[in-house]
Amino acid sequence: MSMQLKNLPFDAEAITNFTKNRNEPKWFSEIRLKGLALAEELPLPTPEKTRIADWNFTKFNVQTESDAVDQLSDLPEEISTLMGKGDQVGNVLIHVNNSAVFDHLSQNLKDQGVIYTDLATAVREHSDLLANYYFKTTSIDKHQLTALNAALVNGGTFLYVPKNVVVSEPIQAVYYQDAPEAGLIAHTLVVAEESSSVTFVESYLSDAAAGTSVANIVNEVVVGANAQVKYGAVDEFSDQFVTYVSRQANVAKDGRIQWALGQMNDGNTLSENATNLEGDGAEADIKAVSIGSGSQKQNFDNYVRHVGKATKSQLLVRAAQKDASNSIFNARTKIEHGASGADGEQTQRVLMLSDQARGDANPILLIDEYDVVAGHAASVGRVDPDQLYYLMSRGIKQETAEKLIVEGFLAPVVDLLPIEGVQKQLTKLIERKVG
Amino acid sequence: MTAPELKINDLHVSVEGKSIVKGFDLDMKGGEIHALMGPNGTGKSTVASALMGHPKYEVTSGQALLNEQNLLDMAVDERARAGMFLAMQYPSEVSGVSNADFLRTAINGRRGEGNEIPLMKFIKTLDKRMNMLEMDESFAERYVNEGFSGGEKKRNEILQLMMLEPQFAILDEIDSGLDIDALKWVAKGVNSMRSENFGCLIITHYQRLLNYIKPDKVHIMMQGRIVKTGGPELALQLEKEGYDGMKAELGIKDDETVEA
Repeated sequence: MSMQLKNLPFDAEAITNFTKNRNEPKWFSEIRLKGLALAEELPLPTPEKTRIADWNFTKFNVQTESDAVDQLSDLPEEISTLMGKGDQVGNVLIHVNNSAVFDHLSQNLKDQGVIYTDLATAVREHSDLLANYYFKTTSIDKHQLTALNAALVNGGTFLYVPKNVVVSEPIQAVYYQDAPEAGLIAHTLVVAEESSSVTFVESYLSDAAAGTSVANIVNEVVVGANAQVKYGAVDEFSDQFVTYVSRQANVAKDGRIQWALGQMNDGNTLSENATNLEGDGAEADIKAVSIGSGSQKQNFDNYVRHVGKATKSQLLVRAAQKDASNSIFNARTKIEHGASGADGEQTQRVLMLSDQARGDANPILLIDEYDVVAGHAASVGRVDPDQLYYLMSRGIKQETAEKLIVEGFLAPVVDLLPIEGVQKQLTKLIERKVG
Repeated sequence: MTAPELKINDLHVSVEGKSIVKGFDLDMKGGEIHALMGPNGTGKSTVASALMGHPKYEVTSGQALLNEQNLLDMAVDERARAGMFLAMQYPSEVSGVSNADFLRTAINGRRGEGNEIPLMKFIKTLDKRMNMLEMDESFAERYVNEGFSGGEKKRNEILQLMMLEPQFAILDEIDSGLDIDALKWVAKGVNSMRSENFGCLIITHYQRLLNYIKPDKVHIMMQGRIVKTGGPELALQLEKEGYDGMKAELGIKDDETVEA
């Protein structure tokens, strides 16, 4: 691993300075240093059937700065189109090149104790609260990339919803990168305490100017007892961007999480999505769509672990593979001993739109309990010729018909995104990538 | 505009190497409604699919001319834009695409770029047609045929017919599996289309639908070709005597049926 080491942009001294400059508390600096030590030791993850050894996860500038803006109109248009105009601007946090540049949270939510801020601020102002959750849902020592995230984190978001608080309007985060050769090392925490409810949507975008940048994103979601979290995401990094994104949730008794993930990066992507159904009666609904294009390589691992009794999960992955893209889709449902009455269903469908493209869907069920229901379906196929014939028989040209079919195929996730601007972002992205 | 004309001469069609349609002739003009009847497996649906251009159906010889243009040279979508329409026996489901989007794309496909139908006009027309077919408003936003009952699918085919206003429509067993109410809606839709600029070929096993849509001509198809042509009374005769009676009358002996 020494080769990887040489590439690390930071050493212990640099990290100590970095954390000091940012006025971070001791516990946080310690995690950084622990992360650095682990990053030196631990290997890269080994995703099935995707070789990532030559992907650039470590060469980037960790420090880029952006100035805060007073109004949304000062932001790049790519960002402002994601949001409502004027009074319609909701609860939003905007990050440009790792730094939070704009934030808004309604007074009403503040009064109810909701905290919504960037990670750097949360580390300083809500240190004790944050420490309860930071790297608790997922571990630092999973592999080199999680350790790197701990060591170098320079962005991210903290959303905290207290007990019994029901947030009806969606909470939005937008990350925009245009600094060249930058690294967005982001860590987001969404905490929904007992019997609370919240909808969170994040969008990641970059300008081509970002060039060979790196994203290392670790997001943790804590769903308390009887709480409900809807989590939407649209990833849209440009083609030279290498992305590691890990979204992890832990769900307590009778809690529920709904994931709606639009995984539309143009560059190489390693994605880990995992939900731990810890408490009895916990539920997860996971929907993810992606389009592979160009020569990008992607690996998507979607994992649900049933621990509590009568836990329920539904996983739906839909993907289209174009050009010479290569994607691996793993769906893993694990039902632990004692999780009686668990019900885990998974479906993965991959639509191949080119002879040069490759797509593998691997369904994996691991069951250690008798009294459960589990099912899986996985298919890799081409556009259904009967559907195509049907649409064309109404006078629709073949190209347009194929586009309609593919867009329709990916629609289930678009429909779930709760913010119109983000829905449009994903629809437009799908149209662009399919077109 | 002269009335449209569909001329089919000596059409032979094979499916997966097996000859099914063997010398089918038909002349239709705008303003006419023809019924094509016959027992299972005589090639009625095969004629319909071959005329629309389904890739599985291979025309081995013969001619099909729409307004003197060779239909058989055209791709499926070109045939549709030239004025053909097929209400299918088993319409496909297209998940994620709403009926309204589908119809608007199809209409605009016909009208061509720069001549798209104004959105308000589209919505108004759609509302009107759906009203006539007593379809619930939600149909417009539902995904194409997804989760539709058999009857809903058939009604949806008629809705498309009414929205696209083709010159010739073939209704392939539009009445199969329909209850009497649904049958009436279908008939209402088709009858509302009647004009000098519209011709319709109704493929059916039963005379029932023809009580509601009065045909100008009735053709009986057996063993891959039309064996008898007459007026509406032919359908009634058939209903009375059955296909066996008809076979006896025409001296058709062997029962060489094939998969449709």
